[in-house]
Formats: sequence, structure tokens, C-alpha cells
Amino acid sequence: MTDVLVCLKRVPDAAGEITLSGDSMSIDARHVGYTVSAHEEAAVELAVQIADETGGSATAVSLGSGDAVEQLRNALAVGCSAAVLLEADAEAYGPADVAEALAAVVRDHAANGTTYDLLLLGNDAADSGDFQVPIRLAYALDRPVVTGISTVEIEGDHVTARGRGTEGPEIYEVPLPAVVAVMEGGVSPRYPSIRGRMKAKKVKIDQSEPSLQPAGNGRIKLVLPPAAPSKVEILGEGPEAATAVVDLLVRLGVAR
Amino acid sequence: MASIPGSARVVVIGAGIVGNGMVYHLARLGWRDIVQIDKGPLPNPGGSTGHASNFIYPVDHSREIASLVRDSVEQYTELGVFTQSGGYEVARTPERMEECRRRMSSAKAWGVPAAIETPEQIAERVPFLDPDVILGGLWSPTVGVVDSLRAGTIMRERAVEMGALTVAANVEVTGLDVEKGRICRVRTAAGDIEVDTVVVACGIWSPMLAEMAGAHIPLMPSVHQMISVGPVPQLAERPGEISFPIVRDMDAFCYERQHGADMEVGSYAHQAILHDPETIPSIDQAKLSPTEMPFTADDFDPQLEQALELMPEVLGAEGAEIRYAINGLLSLTSDGLPVLGETPEVAGLWSAAAVWIKEGPGVARAVAEWMTHGSSEIDVSASDIARFAPHQRTRAHVRPRASEGFIKTYGIVHPGEQWSGDRGVRLPPMYAQQQAAGGSFVEVVGWERPLWYESNAGLLERYGDQVMPREHEWDARWWSPIINAEHLAMRDNAGIIDLTAFTIFDVVGPGAMEAVQSIAVSQCDVGIGRVIYTPVLDATGHFRSDLTMMRLAHDHYRVVTGGSHGGIDVKWFTDHMPADGSAAVVELTSAFTTIGIWGPRSRDILSGLTRADLSNEAFRFGTCATIEFDSIPALASRISYVGELGWELYVPLEQGARLWAMLHEEGRPHGAVSVGNGVYSTTGRIEKGYRAYGPELDGERTIVEAGMQRPRVKVADFVGRDAYVAQREQEPKAVLSTLTVDDHTSASGMKRYMLGGEPIRARDGSELIDGHGHRPYVTSAGSAPSLGRHVLLAYLPPAEAQIGNELTVSYMEELYPVTVGSVDSTSLFDPSNERIKS
Repeated sequence: MTDVLVCLKRVPDAAGEITLSGDSMSIDARHVGYTVSAHEEAAVELAVQIADETGGSATAVSLGSGDAVEQLRNALAVGCSAAVLLEADAEAYGPADVAEALAAVVRDHAANGTTYDLLLLGNDAADSGDFQVPIRLAYALDRPVVTGISTVEIEGDHVTARGRGTEGPEIYEVPLPAVVAVMEGGVSPRYPSIRGRMKAKKVKIDQSEPSLQPAGNGRIKLVLPPAAPSKVEILGEGPEAATAVVDLLVRLGVAR
Repeated sequence: MASIPGSARVVVIGAGIVGNGMVYHLARLGWRDIVQIDKGPLPNPGGSTGHASNFIYPVDHSREIASLVRDSVEQYTELGVFTQSGGYEVARTPERMEECRRRMSSAKAWGVPAAIETPEQIAERVPFLDPDVILGGLWSPTVGVVDSLRAGTIMRERAVEMGALTVAANVEVTGLDVEKGRICRVRTAAGDIEVDTVVVACGIWSPMLAEMAGAHIPLMPSVHQMISVGPVPQLAERPGEISFPIVRDMDAFCYERQHGADMEVGSYAHQAILHDPETIPSIDQAKLSPTEMPFTADDFDPQLEQALELMPEVLGAEGAEIRYAINGLLSLTSDGLPVLGETPEVAGLWSAAAVWIKEGPGVARAVAEWMTHGSSEIDVSASDIARFAPHQRTRAHVRPRASEGFIKTYGIVHPGEQWSGDRGVRLPPMYAQQQAAGGSFVEVVGWERPLWYESNAGLLERYGDQVMPREHEWDARWWSPIINAEHLAMRDNAGIIDLTAFTIFDVVGPGAMEAVQSIAVSQCDVGIGRVIYTPVLDATGHFRSDLTMMRLAHDHYRVVTGGSHGGIDVKWFTDHMPADGSAAVVELTSAFTTIGIWGPRSRDILSGLTRADLSNEAFRFGTCATIEFDSIPALASRISYVGELGWELYVPLEQGARLWAMLHEEGRPHGAVSVGNGVYSTTGRIEKGYRAYGPELDGERTIVEAGMQRPRVKVADFVGRDAYVAQREQEPKAVLSTLTVDDHTSASGMKRYMLGGEPIRARDGSELIDGHGHRPYVTSAGSAPSLGRHVLLAYLPPAEAQIGNELTVSYMEELYPVTVGSVDSTSLFDPSNERIKS
């Protein structure tokens, strides 16, 4: 019976051209809406699978504005059973602040009788890309941590975490309780069902404000990189182009 | 980027269902050197067509829309992209069942197959629908789905094959140049095109394109939410895209439409979400496409519960997930109708916008015909862009109306229902007095106009049952027996009517007579001071308008027409002014108020206020003259739309309130009362068999069919003359007739009163078909209090148009006996017009 806490960050769902806000301190999400990163989607999927397999629970937590409830509800809709919102201005929090606030939640819940055996996070945030929170959180809680993980399996009192490192597959056996930073690609995140969505709506989200004074992220401003030059290559027209398309797909590794 | 030619005969901007239909139909009608531009890639450039649900329900209360839909389905079928699935509109409430019965009326009137079915019958065809949730529904067997992108591609390719079209995708239009009031150039990122005709078929972006030329295409991009749920085992095991009927869950304002293994749920229930056109993302900024905005789950959540309630097995199926969810943008207008035709601001700039998949190809054909011949086979005047008064072109008007209209998509909309947004924006000068008199206001192109006055409630007692009270709430909604009491008081004494909403314009100049003569069917070469009533025809001899003109001087005619149609008339006259500039149109709507006074005492009342001689000998019917009321000069015109002795008084707007007060003060001892538009537009008119543009007269009707032909045709040429002369030689295919209802008693014992739009059938209930292949329907319905009858107007098959012929009218799926009372314009009340000419 493993209780999992999965940490989420509400980020702009930027896919195409990115627009900055007026003060260049954040991304303008007007046209694209908000989401969580693909890493976190995979983390949620793993959390729900572990909860199902072990008869445990999956709880989602997010630090952000009241709007982050949307991301928590999405996690509830795909199988998390509880959600915690640390209501705060996420832009004022640096990675160290976030790790500290999350650690406080873990400690508080433990004090109230809920110990999270496994903390899952995305490997890095989709917007700020700090690569810090999982490690800082593990350090704050004095737990082991592995990063770049695609799949996890609970085996008794430890977790087997697999990832794809630069040198080849990596397999870790880590004693619980532990922190794991997840990378997308190991599991296919599920979409919510209608019943799941309706159930998610009825869950009361545990809302509170973090008590710490954030040190901030030290951001001065965001800068858009110059647009990458795009090259268009006409492969041909009509049925004659088919061979060239097949060649390209093979070259890209999409087809064999 | 595609290369584009430096000049073209016509540029069509947009490659959605409308733009593609336009290039095809223009090419088919002989146009060449057509250039089609879209800023997006083909075949899906990212507009609303690309995310449309692509299903089509043929039943609509609007004849115009129903005709366009029928034509579109025929075109989609011919293109090989239509799949008939059948469809339901299911009802959860008794009110909705009644609406289903009313939709049956429209189905029968337009000849669309439909039937009312029980929950069990519905569950037989849709086995995953819970019959316990519904009371029944409307079955439309000819509902189907289309591949609108494929249809567009085929139409575009056909135009290319005809050698008529150059397509430029991924090219953005950056400007539209106008010279001397006419479009002359399209500027694009790939170069400029010299052109004098441009079609804006850009859906939600159309307002921005029009603005480049200084014109308005008033529409609002609005969110329609939809999700796709799957895979659903029950659906996956069936072959093809669709094998179950589509279900519109009307009371939940949503639909469920099978799409392969998925069930798509779309909603019209949420609060309208509107976007200003400028805030739509570019193709690069958008995640999916510019018209597929991020889904806002909170808005949709309430819908899920209702959808799941209706189809628990499918939508709650194991493994079925919400795989796709968008806030899809589509176009809404201030009155729910498309925006079609040449813009009044810029010659050569055409709009084909605010069009949905269901009517797209039909609209394209109609607009292409209009551009080619000056009119279209299917009358689209209700969608004419010229219908909008200037205030209706503003965003502040469109926004609240679009917001209100969104919820009406699946709403139960009473034919008399009024809009509540952006009201009180055009006030007649006597508005304060009307308010004090308890005016119950309705809106006519923004003008506030009392339908009746509560202050006349005291008349109800005097007239008793003569006011023909209505028991059923639906029949009596947006209605009052006070209307009929005002009618009787007018016939007994006199009624004073505010007609400020009239559109008024002058035709002036040395060529004014020749100009109006060439437009009007009636003789316009008349003496100064004569009033002319005239139909206006298009080149095919169908109605473009009917209106009155006053000859005020040798070079000066004043034209008076209905407010709703006024903008279209102004444009028609302006477009038909002589090329040499010898005559011009000057609009004066906002300069004058018009007050009508009619009834046997009207002469006495006016005579007490003016020294002018108003005797029958001195002031003949059909004449006009300026007379004085104190220091108010008034152009008085002795005509009547209510069949009484009386005058229309045209006075400067700022003096209207004073004249209104003077008439009431003088009229009170004579028993004169304020009379609302309920009498003017319905009871007074219908008792006299007067035809109205819109209900009776439109672009598909002829003078002969309307029974309005005069003994001779004027010698001078006018638009539509040849066609009209030919029509007179032939037997009409339908005959406008007046009918009276013989018995109003329904099966429940309650008396019911038709409101218009109902099918006319034989006494045994069987279908009647006229020479056009159309079914007769009630064009106007209303009380005739002086006759004590409920009167209906309808175009009947000629064989049925016999006085005394006994037929039926179908109302809410019950038949009521009716009898034909008149088969030409002879009125049932005062047929010899003694009152008017007294």
C-alpha cells in the first residue's frame, strides 16, 4: 500500500510561437491556455498506477494561484484521490522556496498521520526549467532521490526506477520513502473519463497558504531567442512524391 | 509563398466551406480570373470549417435557412460527402415537447420529413439512450453528416479544372484599397492584386477584413465547446464514421454525435464566451488552430452530468476517455442570421460570412447568383448585410446580441420574442409620453415602438369578448387583448400611431423622375402632391420591396418604407441611380418622425388643429400636402395601412413630441386613443388583406401570385418589367389567399390561435402542393377584431384558391378547420374601401 504525492506546476501550454507578457517576466498564455508539463503528466500516470496496484493513494499538490485548481482537478479526473493547493504567487517563488514549501506539506501530513512513501515530480518545469526542486526537496526531507526516470515499480520497501541515461538504460533500486523525478516517455498518460471528471469536481481541495517567506527566483527578465530559420523543402508533387516521402520518414526514424 | 497574379476579375478571401463554394459557383456561372487567397494552409487553413461538427439538421423555423440547408444538402450529396444518419431532437420537458410539435409545423411547411416519436421508439434507434430521461422527441430521418473539408477541396478543384481559379494558400491579406467608393486593390504579403470585386468569406476574421476597406461585417467570434469521448466499444464495433442517429438533447442544450469509435458532445449551454476578432491568435501562436482555443473545463462541467444522464452506457463506458476538447470559435451575429451581400459602404466588396456548415454551399450558390444576376433563386434578403442600420454595425450592439443569441441556438424561441441587449438606443420623440402611457415596447431596427399601451386597458371592459382573448400562454405571449381593443377604438373613433421607425429617403435631382420611374412598378410620372404605392421588383420579376413615394416637386420624391427593410431599400435605390449623376438618394430617417392618425374621427380631430381644408374634395385619398399645426409644418399624406380615413404626418423629429401631445389633447373628446404597432402591423393590416414585405412579399414571389396586379402595365421601362409582363400571361403557380379559422377548439377544449408559419392542409389533413412544388403555410396570422375572426394569409395552390373552399391549418400537430375568404387583394373588412375614401 503505497501513498504517493505527485507535484504539479501550472504552466502555459506553449506549443507554437511563444509570446511574452508585457513585463517580460512570464509567458503570455492567452491563446494557448495552461497545462502541466509532459513530465508531470507522466508522473501523475505513474502515481495513479502505483496507487491502483498497491491499493494506496495518489495525492496531487501544486503551488500556485487559485487558477492552479484547474491542473489539480485534471489530476483528480485521471485518478488522484486528493489534492492540495498551496496558494501563492508562483512567480515570487524560486526552486528553493518551492522545495521548502513542499517539504513542509510532507512533514505536516506526516504529523497528521499520512506519510507519503513516494514523492513524484517532473524532472524539470516546462516554463522555468530549473532542474532543482526534486533534489532540494529530497535534501530537505533527507530522502534518497533519482532523476530522469521513465518508469517505477514498487517492490516491498523499495522502488525500482528505470530511466534512459546518456550511456544507456539506468536502473535504480531506492529504499522508500524516496523522491523520484520523472521524464516523459515511459508511460502514456491517460485522458480523463467523463465519470472521472465528474468525480474530480466533487473532491474538496485542501487549500492553504505556505507560511514561508520566499527568497524569490532571481529572475530579471525573459528573453525570446531569435526565431529559428525555417527551411522548406518541396519533396515533389502528386503520387510521384511518394518515394521521397517514404525516404524521409525512414530517415527520421518514423518508418522502417 | 504562392505567387499571385497582379490583377483578377474577382478575389475570394477565405478557403473554408464558404470561400470554396464561392469560387466553384462563380466559376460555374462563367466567372474567370478568380483568385482565392487564404492565410492558412490547405485543405484546412485553420478557420471554423476545420473543427466543425459537420452535422446538418434540415428543420428550421426560418424558410430562408431551411431552403439554404436543403440546397446545401443536395450539393454535399452531389459532391459525395453526405452520409445520412437521421437525427433526433429529444425533449425532457413538456414545453420542449410542444416545441417539437411546433417544429413539426415548420417541417411540414417546408416539406422536410419529420415525426414525433416516443422515448421507446427513440431508444430503439439509439439503444444507448436512456428513455426514462426524456418525454419524446422529433425524428428527422434526413439528418446527416458531411465532410466539409473534402467538399471544399472538390469545389476548389472543380474551379481550377474549369480554368477559372488561381489558389494562393499561406498568403495573408494586408490591406484592401478603395477608390471613389469602390474596391480597387487587394494587398497581400505576396504582392498586390488589382481587382474591382472582392468576396470576404473569412468567417470569424471577416470583420477585420471589412475594416481594412472601411466597411462593416458585424459578427462576433464565439466559443462553442466540444469534447470527444472514446473509444466506446458499442460504437467501435460498427463500421464507418456514423451508424447511429445524432441526438440533440435540446433541454440540456447539447448534442451527442458519433464519430467513428468516439462520441462527440457539443454544448450550447454555457454562458456565451465571446472573443474580439483582434484577439484571435495567429496560426503560429495557436496550439491547434486559431479557431480551436484552449478548452475551459469549468464551463463544460455542468454539461457532462446531463450528457452522462442521457447516455450512461456510452459516455460512461469502460476505457472511454475525453480525448479531444476545444473551445471552438464560430461566428454569431446580432440576429442569428448570416451576413451576405455587397457591403453598403464599399461597392464591389461582398460579404459571405457568419455561415455555418449546414448552409455553406447553399449560401455560396445564392451569393454567386446574386453577384452574377442581381438576385438569387433562394431569397436571402433576411440575411442581407444591408439590413443593418448603422448602430447595428457597431461592436457594442453585436456583442450583447451575440451573447444572447448563443443560448437561443437550442432555445425555445417564441416568434414574437424580443431581444433584451442594447435596447433603448433609438428613441422616438414621444418616447416619454409613450412610457407614461404604459407602452409595451418592441424593437424595430433599434427603434423602441409600443406594441400596445397599458393605459388602454380600460377599453377591455367596453369591448368585452370582442377583443378575442387567448387562453393559452404561448398564443398570448408577446401579445395582449389590449391590441384588439385599440383596434376597435380606432375603427370606432380614431387611433394615433407612432411610425417613427419608418425609413425615409429622398430621390432628388433633375433626373429624379426617370430614376424612380425605372425602379418602381407603378407610374411615377404623376402630379406634384401625389402619393404612389408601388412594388419594387428585381430583374426576374420577384419582389425586392414594396413602398410608398410622395412627389414633392418636379425633381423631388420622398420614399417611405418599413424600418426593418429600409437599409436594403436605400441600397437598392442608390445602386440604381443614373450613372450620369442626375439623381441622388439622400437618407432622412433621422430627420422626421411620422405620426399616423386613422379612424372615422380623424378628420374632425385634425381640423381642430389646422386651418387646412381636409374635406374629401380638398384633400383626396392618395395625395399629400404640407399643412400647419400651430408652428409645426407637417407633410400630411392621405393613405392608410389600416383601412381607415386618415393621414400620415411627417414632422421634424424635434417637434414630434409636441404634435403627439396636441393630437391626443384634441382627440380625447373624440374618443381617440394611442394605438400600438400590434394594430398597425397585424390586426388593421390583416383585416384589410394588406401584404407585408417579408411575410407575404419576398424575392421568391410575384405580383401576380400576390394578387396585386393592376389592369395595365406602365409603358415606361422598369427593373423586372419584361419578367412581370410574362408572368401576367401565365397562370400563377400559387395564389395569395385570405382564410378565416372556423373553429379554434383543440382536443383539450382550449381555444388555440395560430401565430404564423403553420402548414395549410386539405380538410382531411393531406398535403397540398403548389405549382412551385411548395407546401402552403401561413405567412401572417392575426386577430381581425372587427370581423370577430382569426385571419390567416397563405399562398395556396391555384386549384385550392376558391372562395368558400374548406381547408385546415395544422397547429401544434392538431388540425383546425379554415375557410378561404378571399383569393386576391380584396379585403374581408370593408371590401369596397369606403372607409378609406370617406
